[in-house]
Amino acid sequence: MNVPEDLRYTATHEWVREEGDLLLVGITDPAQEMLGDLVFVGDVQVGRRIGAGEVAAVVESVKAAADVYAPAAGEIVAFNEELGSRPELVNRSPYEAWIFKLKPAQPPQGLLDAAAYRATVDAKKEAL
Amino acid sequence: MTPEPVLRKTPLFEAHRARGARMTGFAGWQMPLHYGSQIEEHHAVRRSAGVFDVSHMCAVEVIGAASRAALRRLLANDVAKLAVPGKSLYSCMLSDEGGMLDDLVATWLGGERYRLVLNAATAERDLAWMRGRAPEARFEPRHDCAMLALQGPCAREALWRARPAWRAATEALGRFFATELEGGTFVSRTGYTGEDGFEIALPAAEAPALWDDLLAAGVAPCGLAARDTLRLEAGLILYGQDADERVTPYEAGVGWTVDLADSSRDFIGRAALARRPRGRQLLGLRLFERAVPRSHMKVRTAHGEGEVTSGTFSPTLGVPIALARLPAAVSPGQEAEVEVRGRWLGARVVTLPFVRHGKEVK
Repeated sequence: MNVPEDLRYTATHEWVREEGDLLLVGITDPAQEMLGDLVFVGDVQVGRRIGAGEVAAVVESVKAAADVYAPAAGEIVAFNEELGSRPELVNRSPYEAWIFKLKPAQPPQGLLDAAAYRATVDAKKEAL
Repeated sequence: MTPEPVLRKTPLFEAHRARGARMTGFAGWQMPLHYGSQIEEHHAVRRSAGVFDVSHMCAVEVIGAASRAALRRLLANDVAKLAVPGKSLYSCMLSDEGGMLDDLVATWLGGERYRLVLNAATAERDLAWMRGRAPEARFEPRHDCAMLALQGPCAREALWRARPAWRAATEALGRFFATELEGGTFVSRTGYTGEDGFEIALPAAEAPALWDDLLAAGVAPCGLAARDTLRLEAGLILYGQDADERVTPYEAGVGWTVDLADSSRDFIGRAALARRPRGRQLLGLRLFERAVPRSHMKVRTAHGEGEVTSGTFSPTLGVPIALARLPAAVSPGQEAEVEVRGRWLGARVVTLPFVRHGKEVK
């Protein structure tokens, strides 16, 4: 399971990277592996004010659709347009393929470090 | 709590695990969904060759002096037109009301012997139905067999590399013909992908070696996920999704398999089909923008509403496609709209298939 130490995570399988005063958000390697080959990334509204835990984007594989949640309250300031036409980049390099950039209203709260995120994935696998 | 039903394993279960397959439950069986990338598996079948474990499907031998008459009554297509042993046909099996109980392939083996291949999810119900409605024939399911579907433009050559001894018997097989080899192996030139290839039923104990030899011959192992996108591009319906007991063959895109030529043949469902209105039809949709249509999504047309029965993002065409049940007045070429997560997306109504033999059908 590829879960880099330098990122932070949510229990809903988003990764978060701080870049200046912005947060870059994507989906984790375990998440893309669960979904399989992605064929759609989108439904991101740039300029939208969003609450923590609200749906900020949608990713779809051939078999399933999944919501991507905002890891903090704030404003969506960018969508990675390249993923609109090349969603497979999320499968190929999930931690390069950020989906949206968020300008948080406050510093994000309650994010997981790599070890804690790995533990939640392992717990879910055992439950399956 | 209801206990989880125990899923059955095919003779290739360990082979799938060894290749790192992601397994899924399907019609009571543990089946491979994919081996890493379903899209690469899809392309392998369109461009070269892939092999699927389809051992969950149920082969049934129909035996006894009454076999032919029984199948002429049970099936909407007419086995009487199978003039040469080994010839196969696709047929629907209907209820008294003309609704589809299943779709299947029937092969005449010669004399009063036939072979059917039934869908896994409906096999038990089908057997009970056939035995109840045709007690004079014998229906013997072949649970001792594994089944492989070897598909793609290079599929035939791959089989001959893996099993040179089978070449003589299988090279001359025409499309929709089958042959029995020594040792209880049955090879038919059929498939569910829109590509050339074989379906091979063989004794369970021999299946892992054939699987391994095909992979060694360069064939890609493929899972149910790729099988679904391939059949959808090929415009082939999936029973349980695009058709069920509530629809007639005419409403499921397979009206061409209903054989009315012999007016004296009173097959089950015939009278009902004649009086049921044909209000709906199955056609293809090509969406104009990237999205993933899925079953039960609503469709709007100039002639009324319809519904997506199967949808996907076509790996071959690079556009979203769907099978949809639409009002009978809709014609190919017209525009429609599909509701995807609250938005109405434009689409073109098209005839099926979308793809055949690796090429877009326009």
